[in-house]
Amino acid sequence: MNLHEFQAKALFRSAGIPVPPAELVTRIGDAREAWPRLESASALVKAQVHSGGRGKAGGVVHVTGPAEAEAAVARLLGTRLVTGQSGPEGLPVDQVLIEPAAAIAREFYFGMLVDRARASVAMVVSAEGGMDIETLARERPEAVVTMQIHPVTGVMPFHGRRVAQVLGLTAEPARAVAKLVRDAHRLFQSSDAQLLEINPLVLTADDRLLALDGKLVIDDSAAYRQREIFGLRDARQRHEAEERAQEHDLNYIRLDGNIGCMVNGAGLAMATMDLIQHHGGQPANFLDVGGGTTVERVTEAFKLILSDTAVRAVLVNIFGGIVRCDLIAEGIIAAIREVHVEVPVIVRLEGTNADAGRAALAASGLDILAAADLDRAARAAVEAAA
Amino acid sequence: MSILVDRETRVICQGFTGRQGTFHSEQAIAYGTNLVGGVTPGKGGQRHLDLPVFDTVAQAVSDAGAQASMIYVPAAFAADAICEAADAGIELVVCITEGIPVQDMIRVKQYLGQTAARLIGPNCPGIITPDACKIGIMPGYIHQRGRVGIVSRSGTLTYEAVKQTSDLGLGQSTCIGIGGDPIQGMDFVDCLRLFAEDPETEGVLMVGEIGGDAEERAARYIRESFAKPVAAYIAGSTAPPGRRMGHAGAIIAGGQGTAQQKIAALRDAGAEIAASPAELGAAMARALA
Repeated sequence: MNLHEFQAKALFRSAGIPVPPAELVTRIGDAREAWPRLESASALVKAQVHSGGRGKAGGVVHVTGPAEAEAAVARLLGTRLVTGQSGPEGLPVDQVLIEPAAAIAREFYFGMLVDRARASVAMVVSAEGGMDIETLARERPEAVVTMQIHPVTGVMPFHGRRVAQVLGLTAEPARAVAKLVRDAHRLFQSSDAQLLEINPLVLTADDRLLALDGKLVIDDSAAYRQREIFGLRDARQRHEAEERAQEHDLNYIRLDGNIGCMVNGAGLAMATMDLIQHHGGQPANFLDVGGGTTVERVTEAFKLILSDTAVRAVLVNIFGGIVRCDLIAEGIIAAIREVHVEVPVIVRLEGTNADAGRAALAASGLDILAAADLDRAARAAVEAAA
Repeated sequence: MSILVDRETRVICQGFTGRQGTFHSEQAIAYGTNLVGGVTPGKGGQRHLDLPVFDTVAQAVSDAGAQASMIYVPAAFAADAICEAADAGIELVVCITEGIPVQDMIRVKQYLGQTAARLIGPNCPGIITPDACKIGIMPGYIHQRGRVGIVSRSGTLTYEAVKQTSDLGLGQSTCIGIGGDPIQGMDFVDCLRLFAEDPETEGVLMVGEIGGDAEERAARYIRESFAKPVAAYIAGSTAPPGRRMGHAGAIIAGGQGTAQQKIAALRDAGAEIAASPAELGAAMARALA
């Protein structure tokens, strides 16, 4: 789960990581009222959306007084911000954060993430902050330093000394960054984070460290023990259909094509998308209906797929496994009747009693093509959508 | 021959008396798996499916000679169950459970490093040696004893690989679903090392997906030290970057983990690439020819 910048920074603050004072504004009129509390001649007005690249997209505005602040807030609030990562529809700006502009001496990158291959937490730092870390790692890999934090020892004093050296910090800032490493790691663990990023982490003109931006991604699997953090979820930052899918325990991701896909299993769902493209078509979505292919789930899946008006055909690919295919076929038929599917549906059923399942589909009187194999099913779907 | 499990393997089920554990234990017994009992804390001394229930894995090892365990406990208790099995001396731990927090798995991996146990999973279909031993949720009947070792990160896509190799008469020596989580037990290389030593395995069909670099590491191992024919398929060529495609591990992050990179690495290593999921069996047949 992604958190907003202001939510991440609130968690940073309670973990002891220094963040600027800030005012969260959800109504235009509040900007003017909040201004005096910033105690600063200039400030940044920052759109709160779940996306990077906000600055380039005009989502971060430098202002020098209450009137300018109010104007910037008025321009951002209630709009959709289109960034390089948000997709063409953009993301709704329901909140803006106003922060005093810091006098910046230097900018760094600081991040922690789960290192899959080593099964540990990796810390990534660079003395060249502010820019996209992936671009930096590609173009100047020597400027990016990665260290492992072992799950048993946790952060050790050498980690702090090394980070200070990489960032070129001495004396008090060196001690501050060592503390920041410990605090960040404690937060990383206690919040079940997958990614914690401060970009930029800055050294101010008066030698203080400040987290000017904050990103925190929490492990969805930890929702059951991170109730408080998951209570911060902002459903509006996700596609409505994707959010509804999650409520029904379905995995759905909207894509740009016109062939709706319903598949059991994530790997097979990806493979089905690939196969559609292999035959010259474009998938409209990724959808994993999971193991329990019940009437309710299939019905809800059809509704999700058809909520995308671009869909011209639906390809259902189910490898029945232990569940009997004649039961799955009944579920598909009932779902199509209930949802009034008006585009051609191509079904590929495999597994126990697959013949009986195909026969039931053919006898249903509905616009269903029961394909004999995966390849033919994909071809038929591409043809139907063309 | 086969790898990891055969007809003699003495298997227990953790989460034995639960709904999932019961269902899949019945399926395993029906397939011919040598299930010798199960573990449900608090229910030790009872009998379930006509087999003994134990309170602890240690007891199942000492009283029933358990060597392998299949785990069907809920995600919140799965890390504990894996470590308990490893501590008790279980040689092969197969964890089917989905949704274990990543930080739990970080600790589990470190713990396992101190023991002799091998872990398959979590969030995986399990392992099967056809006509001998089924530990997991895969449908047994699609398998056919034969020449091909299968190792895959996916569930139903593994069944696709199995069915296609069965349909072509190649059959399987052992099939392992290593799971779709970012941190897992055995990886492709671990499985390939075992397949290399198994005389029944003539070639290996590898099914990978986007995310991480396990396929790239496998490609390096294949190029340097794996002598048998390999066919490979990577799911997710059309997946958009930054989006998690169902599996927690299936995400293209920071330009890393794309299908194109993985396919290129495997092709360079001499693997026969299946251009589509409908050609898994055909690619394996070409590699073996």
